[in-house]
Amino acid sequence: MENEKFSLPNYNIPEDLETIVAITTLDRLYNWGRRSSVWPLMFGLACCAIEMIAAQASRYDMSRFGMEVMRPTPRQADMMLVSGTVTKKMLPAIIRLYNQMPEPKYVVAMGACASSGGPFKEGYNVVAGIDKFLPVDVYIPGCPPTPQALIAGLIKLQEKIDRQSIKKVRWYDRKKEDANYVPMPILGPDLIDVRRNAEIKQAAAAKESAS
Amino acid sequence: MTTPVLTPIADLTARFPGSVTKDERAGYSGFLVAKENLLEVAAAIRDEFGYDLLTAVTGVDYLAENKMEVVYHAYKTTGGPGLVFKVQVDRIDPVTVPSLVNIWPGVDFQEREAWDLLGIKFDGHPDLRRILMWEGYQGHPLRKDWKEPFFEEEVKPFKSRWPDGKHVFAEEKNPFRDNLNFPKNFDPDAYQPEAEKDLYSSLERFTLKSESGLKTDQIVVNMGPHHPSTHGVLRVAVTLEGETIMGLKPVMGYLHRNHDKIGERCTFLQILPYTDRLDYFNSMSNNFGYVITVEKLMKIPVAERAEYIRVIMAELSRIQNHLIFIGMLLNDLGTMYTPSLYAFEERELILDIFEAVSGARMMCNYFRFGGVVRDIPEDVMQKIKGLVQDRLPAKTDEMDRFLSENEVLVGRLKGVHVINAEDAAKFSVTGPVLRAAGVPYDLRRADPYGIYDRFDFDVAVRTHGDMMDNFLIRFDEIRQSLRILEQALKQIPQGPINSQKPQYQVRVPAGEAYGRIESPKGELAYYVVSNGKPNPYRYHVRPPSFVNLTAIEHICRGTKIQDFVALLAMLDIVMGELDR
Repeated sequence: MENEKFSLPNYNIPEDLETIVAITTLDRLYNWGRRSSVWPLMFGLACCAIEMIAAQASRYDMSRFGMEVMRPTPRQADMMLVSGTVTKKMLPAIIRLYNQMPEPKYVVAMGACASSGGPFKEGYNVVAGIDKFLPVDVYIPGCPPTPQALIAGLIKLQEKIDRQSIKKVRWYDRKKEDANYVPMPILGPDLIDVRRNAEIKQAAAAKESAS
Repeated sequence: MTTPVLTPIADLTARFPGSVTKDERAGYSGFLVAKENLLEVAAAIRDEFGYDLLTAVTGVDYLAENKMEVVYHAYKTTGGPGLVFKVQVDRIDPVTVPSLVNIWPGVDFQEREAWDLLGIKFDGHPDLRRILMWEGYQGHPLRKDWKEPFFEEEVKPFKSRWPDGKHVFAEEKNPFRDNLNFPKNFDPDAYQPEAEKDLYSSLERFTLKSESGLKTDQIVVNMGPHHPSTHGVLRVAVTLEGETIMGLKPVMGYLHRNHDKIGERCTFLQILPYTDRLDYFNSMSNNFGYVITVEKLMKIPVAERAEYIRVIMAELSRIQNHLIFIGMLLNDLGTMYTPSLYAFEERELILDIFEAVSGARMMCNYFRFGGVVRDIPEDVMQKIKGLVQDRLPAKTDEMDRFLSENEVLVGRLKGVHVINAEDAAKFSVTGPVLRAAGVPYDLRRADPYGIYDRFDFDVAVRTHGDMMDNFLIRFDEIRQSLRILEQALKQIPQGPINSQKPQYQVRVPAGEAYGRIESPKGELAYYVVSNGKPNPYRYHVRPPSFVNLTAIEHICRGTKIQDFVALLAMLDIVMGELDR
């Protein structure tokens, strides 16, 4: 904790107590705890996953930032690193994993595909960006992003966590029920986003040809 | 079985007069077989002519001629050129062709893929379900009259981007404002999903019956698509009785990125960066396979220096692939992280070289038709020499010393059977798995491409076909690759790196080409049909991971679930290439 300046300014703490006592806000302490131990979900989709592994290996060593504890189960993970192309067939599995993660939870879209569909956007089985379904916190550009870029993106996430307030984050909002639940899409003749059922029905009725 | 005939090319038409004719179209080769005689001809090709390895099956949709064509590429495991035979059928639904699954079981997944993407029904296939898309999906995407939801124009470059340059988001043009296409009057509220009935009924049909006599229950376990040991987003539905695998069906397509369809929209050069993303460990090898296929069509020479650069890059790529294989296998066996950290350390050094020559660590996009895109700078050359002569041999030996005699590792691997030579060839398995089973079939020797015939190296081969042999053969291959690299580094001449002028659009004459290379995972092949336009008419990848996985059901039924993860690792699959 040496480098962390916990104490708020304007409080005169005697010098000999500075290493023991700090006067600060709950938010600051909470955020410090969160940001220093983000546990990513061990979850690779495509090419970007290889760079994610490289970022954890010895040369780049993600653990320097408190992010090395990859959890294979979503129940123990804080952050979902969507590392690669999201396909329609894979999407229900991703949504299920996201719904199984406990709050607070963050989503990082790694690479062009996860951010927007990337070079594969025009593909018939590709979801053009995971942000059509999940709330993304940080986008990392690149195809694939280098490990440096990935680490830079994760530091951005830490900065974002630093600025959060327990009172305002969406997962502690009592007014909304299941503020984080994303309904599961269904694989039908094409991908059915159940939140858009009415819109799809209308568009299908207005369609010209039967194809 | 009769004695194999040595020169079959003329004989096939003589053997089956009337039902087999030569393919006379300009630029095409091989034979056209009548649909009614396909089974008979195929059996003769295997038994009388000795083509025991059917590597690729794919379809082509000739919309203008109203024909569908199924193309088969058969080879001999003893080496030599292949035999191409085709069946043409009228394009009237349902398009049916007899299945060859009883003659070459390795066609199983490839026929399912042709059904899924092209809608060709294979009569007699025991398990003809969709493979890459899900059951219930609308249409067969690779048909020429099928349009994807974000369809803009038949071929690139799209006019909205070039030369006009007025791009509108694809979402704004689609009636569903997304990458979606539903049939007219579709009602999502009333839709009942099929819930994978087909998968589970097929799994049940192919499950072994219990023979123990004990009253036991079987349970179905789904591994994946999110599973730390399936090497990506592969899913395997397994029926277990106790610890024994009684039935198993791989489910794939979770990373199906529509490589073939996008490829057919792109120009020949535009496909090149997409090939990087097939087997994302080995973008150099993928480039290699694609450029030699198109060069075959274009009939252009390759610059001498570039030939050597290609070999150097492909072999470096093979070394890092095998190192990662070893690291990941050990991960799967339970030695979490340490061996793979050793592997990644060496891999980073090789990636540094890729980055220095091409500008990217993984997605190199380095090869061009007729050569490569940039020369290797002299200091990078020195770096490669240092790696090849000092560091990599020592590190390989070190890993070998640390791992190969480890008691736990030997206990887990030795005597656990993967596949024998006969079955491996039957299931079209290629690459290290086939060679570990005792078949010395390496395309660098069996059907040399590039300049591999100039180098002195041995084809790594082992005999038992158990997991230990599959593990050790990777070390053998690394050492052979180092041998090739040393010779290539010594012999590489100075000179131009491309025989052609740099150009955006290449002229490719009409015709077909099937180019194949020995990728680190097996035979990587591309089937390209050109009709003389700037874009390929048909573009198909034959990925080694996908075809090798055909054997997984055969390999794993009856074994213990504990070995399954390791057996899967042995096949060295990579999802980008498997699902494309």
